Amino acid sequence: MTDIPGLPSRRSFLKASAAGMALSGLALPASAQNAPAPVPLDQYQPDYLTADEWAFVMAATARLIPSEGDGPGALEARVPVFIDLQLAGDYGTADDWYMEGPHDANAEPARGWQTPLNPAEVYRQAIPAFNAWCEETYQAEFAALEPAQQDEALTALQKGEVGLPAEVRDFFTILLANTKEGYFADPQYGGNFEMQSWVYIGFPGARAAFREWPTRHNVKYPLGPVSISGERA
Amino acid sequence: MARQEKKKDVVIVGLGWTGSIAGIELCREGLEIVALERGHDQSTVPNFEYPQQIDELKYGVRLKMMQKPSQQTVTVRRNDGETALPYRSLGSFLPGNGVGGAGTHWNGLNWRPQPEELRLRSYVAENWGEEIIPEGMNLGDYPVSYDEMEPFFTHFEKVAGISGKAGNLNGEIQEGGNPFEGWRSEDYPMPPTATTYDSSKFQEACLAAGYHPFPAPAGIASTAYTNPYGMQMGPCNFCGFCERYGCYQYSKSSPQTAILDALKMQPNFSYRTESEVLRVELAEDGKTATGVTYWDHKAGEEVFQPADIVILSSYQLNNVHLMLLSGLGEAYNPLTGMGTLGKNYAYQMNGGVSMFFKDENFNPFVGHGANGMCIDDFSINQNDFGALGFIGGSYWRSGTFNGQPIRNMPLPKGTPSWGAGWKEGIGEWYGHAMSIGSHGSHMSYANNHLDLDPTYKDKHGRPLMRMTFNWQDNDLKMNQYMKSQMEPLAASLNPDVMQSGFKGLGAQYDVRPYQTTHNTGGHIMSANPTQGAVNKFSQTWKAHNVFAMGAGNFVQNTQYNPTGLVGGLAYHTVNAIRTQYLSNPRPLV
Repeated sequence: MTDIPGLPSRRSFLKASAAGMALSGLALPASAQNAPAPVPLDQYQPDYLTADEWAFVMAATARLIPSEGDGPGALEARVPVFIDLQLAGDYGTADDWYMEGPHDANAEPARGWQTPLNPAEVYRQAIPAFNAWCEETYQAEFAALEPAQQDEALTALQKGEVGLPAEVRDFFTILLANTKEGYFADPQYGGNFEMQSWVYIGFPGARAAFREWPTRHNVKYPLGPVSISGERA
Repeated sequence: MARQEKKKDVVIVGLGWTGSIAGIELCREGLEIVALERGHDQSTVPNFEYPQQIDELKYGVRLKMMQKPSQQTVTVRRNDGETALPYRSLGSFLPGNGVGGAGTHWNGLNWRPQPEELRLRSYVAENWGEEIIPEGMNLGDYPVSYDEMEPFFTHFEKVAGISGKAGNLNGEIQEGGNPFEGWRSEDYPMPPTATTYDSSKFQEACLAAGYHPFPAPAGIASTAYTNPYGMQMGPCNFCGFCERYGCYQYSKSSPQTAILDALKMQPNFSYRTESEVLRVELAEDGKTATGVTYWDHKAGEEVFQPADIVILSSYQLNNVHLMLLSGLGEAYNPLTGMGTLGKNYAYQMNGGVSMFFKDENFNPFVGHGANGMCIDDFSINQNDFGALGFIGGSYWRSGTFNGQPIRNMPLPKGTPSWGAGWKEGIGEWYGHAMSIGSHGSHMSYANNHLDLDPTYKDKHGRPLMRMTFNWQDNDLKMNQYMKSQMEPLAASLNPDVMQSGFKGLGAQYDVRPYQTTHNTGGHIMSANPTQGAVNKFSQTWKAHNVFAMGAGNFVQNTQYNPTGLVGGLAYHTVNAIRTQYLSNPRPLV
């Protein structure tokens, strides 16, 4: 659709109509708010992850929060995009953390993060190590396994049974945490696409104004979420 | 060669609650004051504005309001035999950063200690005998009494704008308030905030059990309010973003809402941000300080700021660190009991019960940090320590405070942590759970202390502070007693499912999960220079023109959130500076 300079555009007309519909009380789904469709996940160009890492993160998050059943899965929520962007940013590089040595990566887990690696490096080193374990155990890397085998492999990873080096032993913990973060964080970070995860559980996002609600006991809050950038769902 | 700034009457180190209080009160005496703040400047507008502040990932999870360990951190070990390792990423506790400090991101629970807590050793000795005090527990009396402190508690509550319901007005017990609190000369400045569904269920269960529920004392405005400095607060809308956030609507008590804009208008006050104090400089005789040396992050250089009075008002851990580095006392030695700096580091012993009701709606995102109903029926002055086998107590509270789903997703035990079962669980249970929390005392022990780490250094080449800390049987027994009493109450609500989380005997300190940012002690108050680092006026025994404020003064931690006592002690200190010290600078005790 091309707009002609100097003339009211067809797009503005559509926008005005949409506003009219809102005023007349018809709720608009977020998809009707002129949001450009995002790049499909299989065409996404990661900022940090390599192609192999991307394939792993896609496959692993799809099992951590699967698509089947009610509510979005990690892929519908675009969690892999969130993880890529986080690893490319100051979380991935642990900018805020104290990373001076000496490091004792074998310290008891209760002593906290003690590996010399930052989260982005943990992903980088753990994924091939875990894939090697999958090759040895199932004769295929993780992304190529059947869902039931993937669940079995992730369970082994969670239980610490795949023999990862101490420096990356927290890989499953951060992978799962990052997956849930991407599922529930504001959509500006790349996940929780169209706030589907918030809609699913009934969290109203950035509404943050409930003056009359404390005393409405045992009444379910009726409105859907808004995002920080003003999307509604 | 350090740059030298023009001499001031007072230099304040850290611009949070106590630094703001010292600033505004001493400004009224006409003193020239400069505050040095390590972090950035921040105000309600633009820093806490809607909707950017309503961002769980940025502030709740990535902790962008907090002190970055890359700036400053501690090392931690659980006993003297272990090698301390750095607290590299934040978990167990979250010191604040920037103007307003921890007073900006707190929940707003503002308690006074019970009178017995300020004289706990004497109270124990009088009622059960000193023989019930366990080996290794440094149980003490504060060198100030509740009666001395009462006017300062009252004043801080007026400044901070606290909502609540008095339970004891001048000795008269008030229906609906806390009957076990110390006397109050006046009621709270504002009435309590509204009662949410979970709180009302808890309240009913408590009444049926013969307990005495009352609204939590909240640094959250329930109505329009103007404080003694002319600062205005507006009523809270239960947005649910208190803890770890700045308040976007001028409803939560903070240095920003209660003091700072009034302070910034004073012509004799100035402040410098990104100015990190490296040490307090002592005069040659070691009996007074000449000022402080700080790192100016903008200029990238060391600066000497001379001053007649030095007020240390940074976070408890940072105050102790600075005092250790500056020689403002001798480091505590747990084997000999000699030395005072780093002594009596204490924390908080908490637990709770979650209850799930599949057909009821709690709207957990509707709340505030200090929401809820409480009971004090299991508090320090209600427990028979001799019969129970521990010294301590807790208050219980139920009230929604944040329903932010990354961190607040309680699920019945047995729900998978991922996969189809997890997804089904969050759909089934989000919004259908409530909880009761036990917020308990933590005593001081020879084994729990702070000193300088032999290995790890900060960016300035200074040793990190080392924390030696582990849970002790006395407090764990207290926690287990609370579990035994809370579970029947929770069961009386007939939930579909319920589960408890209380540390038990043998629990080891784990730095990973968030527990509380109530770190106390390390520069404790004492009646004489051999027992603590400061006197009853927070004046260091070492140098009479150095005052160290905050929870570092706590002899042992109370069963409550510390801010009410911190604020009261700050007003007690500045009152002494104004009325006793300025006219004749000297040791006040």
